[in-house]
Amino acid sequence: MAFDEGVVRNGDVKKRKHHNQGAVANGIRNGHTICKQVPTSKVKYTKKKSCESFEEAPMLIAIVTYMAYALLVVVGHVRDFLRKLCGEKNSAAKEFGNKGFVPLYSDFESFYTRNLYRRIRDCWNRPICSTPGGWFDIMERTSSDYNWHLDVTGKSSRCINLGSYNYLGFAEDSGTCAEASQETLIKYGAGVCSTRQELGNLDIHIELEKLVAQFLGLESAMVFGMGFATNALNIPALLGKGCLILSDELNHASLVLGCRLSGASIKTFKHNDMKSLENVLRNSIIDGEPGTYRPWKKILIIVEGIYSMEGSIANLPELVRLKKKYNAYLYLDEAHSIGALGPNGRGVVDYYGMDPRDVDIMMGTFTKSFGAAGGYIAGTKELIAHLKFHSHSSVYAISMSPPVAQQIISSMQCIMGLDGTNTGRHRLRQLAWNTRYFRRRLHEMGFLIYGSDDSPVVPLMLYMPAKIGAFGRECLKRNLGVVVVGFPATTIIESRARFCLSAAHTKEMLDQALEMIEEAGTVLHLRYSRLPLEKKTAITSHELEEMPVLE
Amino acid sequence: MNFLGMLGKKTIEDAAVKAIKKYGVGSCGPRGFYGTVDIHLELEDRLAKYMKTEEAILYAYGFSTIASAIPAYSKRGDVIFCDAGVCFSIQMGVLASRSNVKFFKHNDMEDLERLLMEQAEEDKRNPKKAKVTRRFLVIEGLYINYGDIAPLKKMIELKYKYKVRIFLDETISFGVLGAHGKGITEYFDIPIEEVDMISSSMENSLASIGGFCCGTTFVIDHQRLAGLGYCFSASLPPLLASAAIESLNLMEANPEMFAELIRKCHIVHDLLLSLPHLQVVGVPESPVKHIRLIESKSTKEDQIALESIVSQALDKNVAITCARYLPEEKFCPPPSIRITVSTEISDEDYKVAIDVIKEAANTVLTEVS
Repeated sequence: MAFDEGVVRNGDVKKRKHHNQGAVANGIRNGHTICKQVPTSKVKYTKKKSCESFEEAPMLIAIVTYMAYALLVVVGHVRDFLRKLCGEKNSAAKEFGNKGFVPLYSDFESFYTRNLYRRIRDCWNRPICSTPGGWFDIMERTSSDYNWHLDVTGKSSRCINLGSYNYLGFAEDSGTCAEASQETLIKYGAGVCSTRQELGNLDIHIELEKLVAQFLGLESAMVFGMGFATNALNIPALLGKGCLILSDELNHASLVLGCRLSGASIKTFKHNDMKSLENVLRNSIIDGEPGTYRPWKKILIIVEGIYSMEGSIANLPELVRLKKKYNAYLYLDEAHSIGALGPNGRGVVDYYGMDPRDVDIMMGTFTKSFGAAGGYIAGTKELIAHLKFHSHSSVYAISMSPPVAQQIISSMQCIMGLDGTNTGRHRLRQLAWNTRYFRRRLHEMGFLIYGSDDSPVVPLMLYMPAKIGAFGRECLKRNLGVVVVGFPATTIIESRARFCLSAAHTKEMLDQALEMIEEAGTVLHLRYSRLPLEKKTAITSHELEEMPVLE
Repeated sequence: MNFLGMLGKKTIEDAAVKAIKKYGVGSCGPRGFYGTVDIHLELEDRLAKYMKTEEAILYAYGFSTIASAIPAYSKRGDVIFCDAGVCFSIQMGVLASRSNVKFFKHNDMEDLERLLMEQAEEDKRNPKKAKVTRRFLVIEGLYINYGDIAPLKKMIELKYKYKVRIFLDETISFGVLGAHGKGITEYFDIPIEEVDMISSSMENSLASIGGFCCGTTFVIDHQRLAGLGYCFSASLPPLLASAAIESLNLMEANPEMFAELIRKCHIVHDLLLSLPHLQVVGVPESPVKHIRLIESKSTKEDQIALESIVSQALDKNVAITCARYLPEEKFCPPPSIRITVSTEISDEDYKVAIDVIKEAANTVLTEVS
C-alpha cells in the first residue's frame, strides 16, 4: 500500500516480528533513534533495539491471588455482619444529624475501602518533609487502632526516593532554577487572582509559551495552571457531539474525564495494540454514527507517550501511519515522556526521530520532568488561537502562578542548553543510563518487570494483595521509598510496585536501592519470572560499562 | 479578584521564598504517592480550624475543586437541584456526575420548592427507588455571575423538609462575608454543621492558587479516594500552600480588614449608582459587581458597547474587564462589566476611577443612542 512506505521517517523501518512462545508475547520493535531534526546534541544515544516485555503471570500465582481476594471478601463480609449486629466496634466516621436522609454512601462502595484498603492504608499518602529529590525525608506514622486513624509521630527517616516523578532531577531547593523562582516570586507575588482572558495574562506566560513551542519544534503553544485540568478542560473545547474519540483502554483519568465532558462518542481499543485500533477505526468509519449512520465530523485518537502503570511507550510510527491512512487526528499526552525520552529530551517524537508536526495535538505536563506544576498544549497557530478563545480554562480558571512559570522556563532552558552549560545534556544521559542499568539489574535478579527498556517508569509485579502492603513496608524499613499500586488503579490481580528513576540518582544510590529490593524480594518470594534474560531485555552489560560523565 | 489585598504582601512572599528554599518548587507527585508535604497537612488543619469544621481537603486548582467534589458523591441515578446562576465549574461538576440535574431559577425559592415537591411526588410513586436516590442541592454563597447572596436560611428549612443535602460553593464569599470572613454561614449566623459540604477557592481572598473543601470527616474523607482532581493530579506546590498559610495568619490577626472591605463595597456601590445608562447588579455588600446597560438592545451590540467603555477606561489607566463567558454556558448571563472591590485601593482612587468610567460611558452610550 502506498501509505505504508516513506511516511514514517524513522531511519530503517523493518517489519515487526511477534514471538509467540508459550505464555509470552514479546514485541520487538526497531527503535533507531537517529536524530534527523535540528542537530543540537552530540549525545550518543543507544542505537540498540528497544525491547518491550509483558510476561504473563505463572498459572499458580494467578490462582493463589484470586483465592486471596476471595478470602478477603469473605472475611470482610463477616466483619461487616459482626459490626452491624453484634456491635463490634466500628471506628469508621459516622454521620451525626441528617436523620431520615438517604445514606450518602452505599454499603457496597465503601466495602472495599473499609475492609481491603484500610488494612494497608499506611502505604499511601505518606507525608514528606523535604524536597522530593534523590533522597527525601518520609515522616513516620503510627496507628493504635489497626489503621483506622494514622498519627504523625514527628520523627522522619531519610530514604532513597523511587516514588516521586522527578525524571531529570529538577526538584531542587537550591541552584539556578530555585533562585530564579524566588526572584520571580518577589517580583510578581505568588498568586494571580484572574483568568487568562481577563487580567491574568502576564508577560511571563507569553515568554513561557514561546519557549515551549520552540522546545517542541512546533508553531505555537499554550500553558495552563494544572495538568489534570489541561485534559479535562480542553478536550471538550476541541470536540463535541457527532465526533468520535478512540482512546486507549489504559488512558489516564483526566483524559477519560475530558472525553466524557466533551459529549463525543467514545470507543476504546486494546492497550498499545495497533491491530485492535485499526479494526475499531475501520468499523467505526464504515458504520458511521450509531442510529443515524452519518459520517463522523471528526475522529480523534488519544494515546499517551509513556503509560505510567505499564511502563510501555506508545507505538508512534504506526499511529501516525494509521491516522494518515484513515484521516483522523492524533492527540498525544506526554505527561511522563516529555523531558524523559529521546536524546534531546523532547519526548516520544524525539525518541523515534519523527517530525513533531505529524502529531496534531501535543499535550504534556510540567510536573514530572520540570519540577513545577501545570500543563501545556502545542500545535499549529490555528489550533492554539482556537483554544485561547474557546478553552474552558482560559475563560474560567486562574492562570499559572509566576514562580512556577519561572521554574519551567529555567529548567527548559537548562535542558535545551540555552543557559550555556552542559547540565541539561548530562541529566538526559544520566537518566537514560540509569533506566537501562536499573532495568537490566532487576531482570537479572529474576523479578517480573513490565514495559519498554527505555522507559524510566519500572513496574515490578507483586500480584498478591498481601504482598502489596508487605513490599511497601519492607522497603520503608530499609529506607527506600517506593510506590505500590493495586485495584482499582490496575486490574484485580495485577498489583505492582512502581519505581520512577531520576537523573538525581547516582550509581551508588541505585546499587543500594537494588540491594534493598533484592532483600525485600527474597523475603517475600517475588521472583516470578520464568524467562531467560535474553528474551526479556535487549540491554547488554557491555553498553552499561560507559557511564555518562559531566563534561 | 484580590479582595483582601493579599497579593504583594511582604510577609507572604517571605514565607513562600522560605518554602522554595526548603521544598523546591514542585511537589512531583499526587497526594497518594509522596506528594503530601507536611505543609499540606498543616494548611488543611488550619483551614478546618478556621472554618470550625472537622476536616478540610486541599486541591491544586480552584476550578477542579468543586468539579471533582460533586461527582465524588453524586452518581448516575441521583438527583441534583442546582441554581441556574451557578458558575461554569459547578456546571462541569454536575455534568461529570451523570446525575439527573434540575435547574431552578436563580435565587427563586418558590421555583425550588416546586421542583422539590415534584420530586417528592415521584418518590411516593416509586418508594423503592426513592430509598436509594440521593438528593443534593448545589448553590453558591455569593454568586460570581450576579453578585447576590443565596437565601441560606430558607434553603436549610427546605433541606430538612425534603431531605436534600446542601453543597455550598463559597469561591468568592470566603474571606469576604461574615465578621471574621468565614463566609455565608457566619453572615447569616447559621451553625456550620447544617451545611453538608463547603467548597471554596484560595485563588481570590487568599491570593494563592488552589481550592479546598471542608466539612465533617464523614463527608470529606470520601474525597480522598473518590475525588478525581485529588487522586489523579499532582499536589499543590508547597510554596503556594505556604503563601496560603501566611494569608490565613494575616486574616486571623487583622479581623478589621473584613469590615473595611464591606465598607469599601458600600462606597463603590453608591458611586456606581451614579453612572448614566448603566445599572449595578449585585447587593451592596458584594465585592463583585456587574454593570449592565439599562436599555439593552442585543447581546452582541451590548457587548461591543461595553468593550469600548473598557478600552477607553484602559487608555486612562483604569483596568476593568468585561465578564467573559463561553457559549457552552447553560444559562448565559447578559453581557456586563465586572468590577471587583479590593481593600488595597483607596476611596479617592475609586472616585477617580469611577469618574473615568462615567466619562467613557457617557461618550460611548450617547453616541450609540
